[in-house]
Amino acid sequence: MSESGIGAAVKRREDFRFLKGIGTYTDDINQPGQAYVYFLRSPLAHGTLSALDTAAAKASPGVLAVYTGDDMAEMAGLPCGWLVTGKDEKPMVEPKHPILAHKKVRHVGDPVVAVIAETLEQAKDAAEKIDLAIDELPAVVDMRKALAGGVSVHDEAPDNMCFDWELGDKAAVDAAFASAHHVTKLDLVNNRLIPNAMEPRAAIGAYDLATEEHTLYTTSQNPHVIRLLMGAFVLGIPEHKLRVVAPDVGGGFGSKIYHYAEEAFVTWASKQVGRPVKWVAERTESFTTDAHGRDHISHVEMAFDANGKALALKVDTMANMGAYLSTFAPCIPTWLHGTLLAGQYATPAIHCNVKAVFTTTTPVDAYRGAGRPEATFLLERIMSKAAAEMGMDQAELRRQNFIQPDQFPYQTPVAVVYDTGDYEASLNKALELASYAGFADRKAAAKSRGKLRGIGVASYIEACGIAPSSLVGSLGARAGLYEAATVRVNPTGSVSVYTGSHSHGQGHDTTFAQVVADKLGLPLEQIDIVHGDTAKVPFGMGTYGSRSLAVGGTALVNALNKVIDKGRRIAAHLLEAAEGDIEFADGTYTVKGTDKQKTFGEVALTAYVPHQYPIEEIEPGLEETAFYDPKNFTYPAGTYICEVEIDPTTGQTEIVQFVAADDFGNIVNPMIVEGQVHGGLVQGIGQAMLEHAVYDDGGQLLTGSYMDYCMPRADDVPSFQVATTCTPCTHNPLGVKGCGEAGAIGAPPAVINAVCDALAEYGVDHMDMPATPEKVWRAINNAATPMAAE
Amino acid sequence: MPDISLEVNGKQVTEAVAPNTLLVDFLRAQLGLTGTHVGCDTSQCGACVVHMNGKSVKACTVFAMQADGTEVQTIEGLAPGAELHPVQAAFKEAHGLQCGFCTPGMVMSAVDLLKTNPNPTEAEIRSWLKGNICRCTGYHNIVKAIQIAANNMSQKAAAE
Repeated sequence: MSESGIGAAVKRREDFRFLKGIGTYTDDINQPGQAYVYFLRSPLAHGTLSALDTAAAKASPGVLAVYTGDDMAEMAGLPCGWLVTGKDEKPMVEPKHPILAHKKVRHVGDPVVAVIAETLEQAKDAAEKIDLAIDELPAVVDMRKALAGGVSVHDEAPDNMCFDWELGDKAAVDAAFASAHHVTKLDLVNNRLIPNAMEPRAAIGAYDLATEEHTLYTTSQNPHVIRLLMGAFVLGIPEHKLRVVAPDVGGGFGSKIYHYAEEAFVTWASKQVGRPVKWVAERTESFTTDAHGRDHISHVEMAFDANGKALALKVDTMANMGAYLSTFAPCIPTWLHGTLLAGQYATPAIHCNVKAVFTTTTPVDAYRGAGRPEATFLLERIMSKAAAEMGMDQAELRRQNFIQPDQFPYQTPVAVVYDTGDYEASLNKALELASYAGFADRKAAAKSRGKLRGIGVASYIEACGIAPSSLVGSLGARAGLYEAATVRVNPTGSVSVYTGSHSHGQGHDTTFAQVVADKLGLPLEQIDIVHGDTAKVPFGMGTYGSRSLAVGGTALVNALNKVIDKGRRIAAHLLEAAEGDIEFADGTYTVKGTDKQKTFGEVALTAYVPHQYPIEEIEPGLEETAFYDPKNFTYPAGTYICEVEIDPTTGQTEIVQFVAADDFGNIVNPMIVEGQVHGGLVQGIGQAMLEHAVYDDGGQLLTGSYMDYCMPRADDVPSFQVATTCTPCTHNPLGVKGCGEAGAIGAPPAVINAVCDALAEYGVDHMDMPATPEKVWRAINNAATPMAAE
Repeated sequence: MPDISLEVNGKQVTEAVAPNTLLVDFLRAQLGLTGTHVGCDTSQCGACVVHMNGKSVKACTVFAMQADGTEVQTIEGLAPGAELHPVQAAFKEAHGLQCGFCTPGMVMSAVDLLKTNPNPTEAEIRSWLKGNICRCTGYHNIVKAIQIAANNMSQKAAAE
């Protein structure tokens, strides 16, 4: 392994600009003549617009224009990128999602009026002069009540059901339950979360009258996807007249995948007012308009034989869609959730039913993990609950149900085929690092100090590297999910890579350059990674679902191989040898078995200065593009162990140890991978212990700021022990699986399993997240006396 | 609009500001120092931390007029040109940043911590950072970075 190639913990190249404060985030960009838009948003969850008078606002100082839903009523709404088909081939209900609310508002934060002015202050002042009357309708917040009907969020869905979907063999599951020795049942909630990337969303629309070109600067994880969705489906702007730039982006976690109303608005409005139009979300706007995550209510049952072998699993889930369908919302609780319910286990029969529900809340879509955390939480909770009920060790129950290494490729009962894995290896590593065997002593020691100690195991699997286009197309995706890369070798031998993947914290500038350095034998200084601009990058589906390296990295490798192959032909000519006799290694083409050589730089120069060159056979230049469509998902997996200590007098829960053992396949940069795990773990711990987006019955978001929504802070979380095991992915050339979401997937059940283990003596066998001190304290105090009192 | 005069990153600045202009908006919009970020509107996230007269403040919670006559240092003024301050260098060394958005505030906060407490424990570091939210790193490597910086800076101080 070289110092800069694949496998090296290279320090990040992007850090310098961020550390110096000279990065370029969207809000750092200002256009000459820029105006500002302020959105007046609905303060109510549900209602009919009965009066809307903007005359005074239009006359307010500095105001350039004021727009309402009436002005945009003829335009298409924001599109949904995934059509889920439910039982009986019934397609999902897909109501229009207008850019500005028209006639009705459906969640707090729904944009109603857009005021464009010379300054933001003038726009805000003018917005205060708008006379807006809303006839309030009852809010629809609770999914159970929503499905009971009475109040409809959309006329098209009287019972608020978006779709009723199922996966798996119900008859086989029922038969297995009928013969089961033990059945464990569990009702649980996967709490609604708000992604909270630290950079609020922002967008600048700029129309150039001379070229008739629209430019949108936006905080996006996938600028080409925005160009496609907004250009083709909303505004009717052809791709060659629409440039989307996603510059430095301050975190995404899913929330910056989607096409949002503000992006379409500023792009459209810039042409209307003849000025660039800028919008930057205030944090409360982020809370009410960034797509939220999770929000499932599930009933789960799992059947076991007398030896603890899992026989069947059945899951009934209600998934909150919010008021409108966000870009990928329907696929999250279905194809990214139901398909992962086998977990790491050889459970032979699985059935899953998901009812997706409209409510008068902010739309819900993918948030770090997206469906997989929900699947993992319910599966790993019920495994630990079952172990406790059957008097088995929670780690051993898992071990004896694992899919074995010789069973791969493994067809699960829920559609997907796992390519490879070794689940016992990561379990064993986690048990060893956590000194699992010594837990009983630690628990006893804690008890002597008046503390309750618990340990929780969670073995997760996820599907990353989304995904083969033909497969996702058959499941309802309205896009392909390949990735593109162009490798441009410059005349003097430096390399510019144009990738459709997008980095918003993942460090692609470093890891992608490592892949190039490794393949071409070049120093990192000669490699540039360009992303985030549709005018520079040929195409791209972007970064989400831990897909960048598995899909974008493979496109890059394929483009590099094309470059190497063309270089080989040029080298063969220069060295007067047969192409088949030319070897390429460490940046040098060599005639096999001789010392005749040409460096990569010499070959590149020849390609651009083709004086002595077989011009009839080989085109000049050295630039190649590859589009790669993945052959399967990748399946990272691992085991997490959390150990907590609870103070029974206060309910305060401290994580005293957290161990993560992950199998991500091959790793390009272990430093970056560890960082991804740490970040995911804290988001998972945040879900388990701190975070919860709460609406009251009237549809008001009670947790609409950092004063109310509990973000994990440095003193809320521990340091971590992280380790990896490795079974390389079998179907991409790098053997990589993806690591971005694992922490957020595996941590919540590990934490709650630990809390429940600690509280077992009080008869607590489940606790919904977040396990706040109050909830823990109440659980302790609601139990009459410890079940296992001394 | 009244004028204010202050020193920003070692340079004297005199500018007219509206009385309700926040220091962070003054730095970003009027001086073009966009390294100081705005991540919330409730003085919680700490992305806007700068130093005023050597102490860390949240620039979203200080009026520009309150900075009249003070010395303000932003992330751009922490080290000249291509150099990195030891805290910046340690953040790179320990992979203490990912998306980079919270980083300027995090670094400015950490620099202030090490001024007042050159050898903080992990618990002291975590407690100090309560006012700076990071969504990417899980804090693990930020804590490590500050420990590395503390170590490097105290070794350097001892050598001098």
